[in-house]
Amino acid sequence: MNLLHFLWQNHDQVLELTLEHLWLVGISTLLAVLVGIPLGIVSARWPAWNKPVLGTANIIQTIPSLALFGFLLPVPWLGDRADRLAILALTLYALLPVIRNTYTGIRGVDPAVVEAGRGMGLTDRQLLLQVELPLAFSVILSGVRVAVVVSVGLATIAAAIGAGGLGEFIFRGLAMVNNQLILAGAIPAAVLALSADFGLGWLEKRSRPR
Amino acid sequence: MLGEQNMEPTLANGPVIEFRDVAYVLPSRQSLLSGLNLQVQRGETLILLGRSGSGKTTTLKLINRLLTPSGGEVRVNGSSTTQSDVIRLRRSIGYVIQDVGLFPHYTVERNIGLVPRIEGWTAERIHLRVVELLQTVGLDATIASRYPHQLSGGQRQRVGVARALAADPAILLMDEPFGALDALTRDQLQREFLSLQQRLNKTVVFVTHDLREALRLGSRIALMDAGRLITVLSPQDFLRSKDPLAAAYVKAFGDGLESVANRGAS
Repeated sequence: MNLLHFLWQNHDQVLELTLEHLWLVGISTLLAVLVGIPLGIVSARWPAWNKPVLGTANIIQTIPSLALFGFLLPVPWLGDRADRLAILALTLYALLPVIRNTYTGIRGVDPAVVEAGRGMGLTDRQLLLQVELPLAFSVILSGVRVAVVVSVGLATIAAAIGAGGLGEFIFRGLAMVNNQLILAGAIPAAVLALSADFGLGWLEKRSRPR
Repeated sequence: MLGEQNMEPTLANGPVIEFRDVAYVLPSRQSLLSGLNLQVQRGETLILLGRSGSGKTTTLKLINRLLTPSGGEVRVNGSSTTQSDVIRLRRSIGYVIQDVGLFPHYTVERNIGLVPRIEGWTAERIHLRVVELLQTVGLDATIASRYPHQLSGGQRQRVGVARALAADPAILLMDEPFGALDALTRDQLQREFLSLQQRLNKTVVFVTHDLREALRLGSRIALMDAGRLITVLSPQDFLRSKDPLAAAYVKAFGDGLESVANRGAS
């Protein structure tokens, strides 16, 4: 009850931090999709690219997030503003699920369908845009869903470098040993993650090919 | 016309498809096909018969350049496949495979109309063509709005044939198109294929391992084994052949073949 009271009293700030949080997650997911889907397509089409691309994305995933923020801090331009840095780091983490699912989705298209398409005289581009991507769409979307859910959680850590977001409450609460403050950050973040998961999951189910 | 038995090229303008000393070798150096010389004449149904791994599907895929020959050349309508525009080449050749490969996210109508659409036909012309083709392959026009997963195996294969015929190609390549169907449906589709072929008079190359099907549908049968062409015979000659492999086939399929042979070659 105290928590609800706190949220209500500070709703301006809660709203502001939530929007900040959404912005960090939204932009980084968008970038990860813009970079990750083409990389996934490339590694599905040319197997030689598969290992280096997925391997690199995998390695990035293993770097602890705080360490990654730290690594990027001295980089010129990036280090100037904390949110740039946070967005880059979140993008890097979101890449793996997007690349992997694009790759898996395209590879998972029935070989007979691809062969028939090729045999009919579809160009590589037509095959990709009209057949492979539409059929891989739901798998790609489930990768994006994983990326978003992970990003919502990770973005709380971005507050450690001053990038804002709901992590502000959490870090402030940790510093002040105030559970209410911690929860004021953690609960909205959890709600964001759950609704993103639910919403994208619904879209994914709807887009699944019959 | 269909059942002509002479082995010489007909006059017309030479063979429609010609293999000249063709070899195909995998990147792993395994040879799938070697020394293949074969001519397919206009309007005939040439059967590629052989067991799995004999090179018949490889031979078929060399025609529409899903595979590129490692040696020799494949000529379609007089020009080498490696020198023609591969997309144009494929669009001028209908291709039907055992697993059909209908696009699951497209309706029957869109499946059949895909190549015409890419070729820039008007929506109305495509629609008329789809209706015409559905009739040609013996399907009800109401099926046009259905999705592939709502069709039976036989219906799916008919749609596959209709799709291959969409842009009216002169050549049709069929890779065990009836192999996955139950006996009754297969029999029906074979019968329809024969009557269709009499009307449309396409140049057909048809892969099968079923001698009965080969005898029934083929004007000539090319027997393949271990990547080599053993012999090319008319159905009647095949039954009388002294070639050990041909004789083994005839023996394996047992009696009653005489009545099957070239029933459709009238």
